[in-house]
Amino acid sequence: MAAPFDLKNDGVVVIIGSGAGGGTLGNELAQKGIDVVILEAGARHEYEDFINDEWDSFAQLAWTDKRTTSGDWRVAKDFPNLPAWIVKAVGGSTTHWAGASLRFQEHEFKTLSTYGKLEGANLLDWPITLAELEPYYAKAEDRLGVTLTNNIPGLPGNNNFKVMKAGADKLGYKECHTGRMAINSEPRDDRNACQQTGFCFQGCKWGAKWSTLYNEIPKGEATGHLEVRPNAMAFKISHDAGGKVTGVVYADKDGRLQEQKARIVAVAGNSIESPRLLLNSASSQFPDGLANSSGQVGKNYMRHTTGSVYGVFDKPVHMYRGTTMAGIIRDEARNDPSRGFVGGYELETLSLGLPFMAAFLNPGGWGRSFTTALDHYDHMAGMWIVGEDMPREENRITLHADIKDEHGMPVADVHFDDHANDTAMRNHAYKQGSALYAAVGATRTFPTPPYPSTHNLGTNRMSEKAADGVVNKHGQAHDIKNLFVSDGSQFTTGGAENPTLTIVSLAIRQADYIAEQMSAKSI
Amino acid sequence: MVTIYERKPAHERKPGLSRRELLKRGGVGALLVISGSAVISPEHAWGLETSALKPETMATLIQMARDIYPHDQVPDKYYAIAVKAHDEQAGKDPAHKDLIEKGIAELDLKSGKDGYTGLGWEEQRVAVLREIEDTPFFQAVRGGLVVGLYNQKEVWPIFGYEGESYSKGGYMARGFDDIEWL
Repeated sequence: MAAPFDLKNDGVVVIIGSGAGGGTLGNELAQKGIDVVILEAGARHEYEDFINDEWDSFAQLAWTDKRTTSGDWRVAKDFPNLPAWIVKAVGGSTTHWAGASLRFQEHEFKTLSTYGKLEGANLLDWPITLAELEPYYAKAEDRLGVTLTNNIPGLPGNNNFKVMKAGADKLGYKECHTGRMAINSEPRDDRNACQQTGFCFQGCKWGAKWSTLYNEIPKGEATGHLEVRPNAMAFKISHDAGGKVTGVVYADKDGRLQEQKARIVAVAGNSIESPRLLLNSASSQFPDGLANSSGQVGKNYMRHTTGSVYGVFDKPVHMYRGTTMAGIIRDEARNDPSRGFVGGYELETLSLGLPFMAAFLNPGGWGRSFTTALDHYDHMAGMWIVGEDMPREENRITLHADIKDEHGMPVADVHFDDHANDTAMRNHAYKQGSALYAAVGATRTFPTPPYPSTHNLGTNRMSEKAADGVVNKHGQAHDIKNLFVSDGSQFTTGGAENPTLTIVSLAIRQADYIAEQMSAKSI
Repeated sequence: MVTIYERKPAHERKPGLSRRELLKRGGVGALLVISGSAVISPEHAWGLETSALKPETMATLIQMARDIYPHDQVPDKYYAIAVKAHDEQAGKDPAHKDLIEKGIAELDLKSGKDGYTGLGWEEQRVAVLREIEDTPFFQAVRGGLVVGLYNQKEVWPIFGYEGESYSKGGYMARGFDDIEWL
């Protein structure tokens, strides 16, 4: 059973966050016999508690603590206090994610070398290559039970997929299938098979979709080496005069500040909270925040170039029936600058229920142009655009100068401006998506603006040189060797792929490195 | 025989009919009737009591709600439920009451001598709404409708949305792949 560790136990690894990065790292270390405390800001809801209702589920799972926004992105106008749609609960955003599990392409680890210098973009090659990560991708695919890998059959296509596939064939796309999904097409690893219920974003009530909540965490807890402490909001990472981190101050469920001592601290609070915590941990020795000698903490915030295309047809589709995202077109994911932009994008099926469609189809929109779209809700098909966006130093997380949360910690401000490459890519994808649906007979299509960000990346990036980034190729801070970053904030660049599989692969790899370094007594 | 009561802008309105009188006079088609502190749809047998806002204000809000998110197949009742929260909030927060009452008065004023609901065509009313769409009043009403209207489970079937599906075993045996026209 879960081992409760004493606050003064300074032999434990403290991980902040229990999502794809933190939850996986915690289990990996526990399996190796290393004691771990995971501090999770949110509550613990088991999968039978999830709710098949968009707004009720949002109230149960979403991170709704106040944040502010700035920049030219439309989210700043329409959802000024909700820059991201991510989760505050045990399991983090692996409760909410759609399950798409794609490997990065080789060139996406070498964007500066491949794309060259782009004005207004802070491109950099990753300090690791696809070849180095491949064995970990293989482990992660097995762990997650990714369909179309490890002899796992693909999911059956739902109505939304069938429309996409018919359009893809008409447009001549070659690579369109039901995806590599961490959703069981048949029972596996004590998880049910998908029952085509829909509501993947609201948490899978069958537990058919992989989540650290019911996969990694219980396995880790069974070793006796892992404790997950819910309702524990990290406030500050402490350090000693020698510059090593020594513990984490957090607000407990009653709002009281506690300090958990630590031998190692790993930050995995997603790309808004992780830099917020490092910046808020500034001290006289580290006046700009922890691990920030490069000045890169919080910078290079990426959110993928996204958007959706919905099409209305003269006959019913019922896109919401079945798996939310189990259909993908990969043909546009290649790097082909002749399209007018570098990098590429995926097209993936997506649907929203009526309540969220009303909120997100055209935020702020009203009148008949808007409502006649919803009138045909059951005749709609939908897809989501996921493309590589350009890292920009100006796109960043900062601590708000005045506004503080209930614990007295400054809230995060999220600044984002599209790079011209992002805009060109999005427009290309809108055109392709609309053409695809028109080819199957859509009478009207809707280029729908990006939702609050679900893929938040890059704000503590990996770099070969300490001057260019925050962490090294193992996610270890350049400045502080017993401090790690274990979430998507360590991504040097974003790739065109949904990030979870890469986050999990990096966490498995990082666990090996931490265990090695601990036994060598170098940390 | 259906008697149509002319709806006048708020400043010209006399106190409304009593419920008894209303029932006596019978149905009034699709029109909403103000009676005491209530907005009543005699035809469709529903009424909405107001406690903080004037019932005339509520009737205009219902029309405004329909003009913002017009769905001809959605009965007034659901628009009434969607704007009811403003009455509740007005009861707790005088500033909100002020925002709504003044907003509606301004809307009537901009709409000419017969007020907002006196404009017969949706496009005439929408033209007035376009003039005020950036005001906090309009945004409060529109913003509230996004959840207030579209999150009513009773309206979902009208749009063909089936809602919760786990308790029915998902769509595995209920048409997740039943598309036939492709």
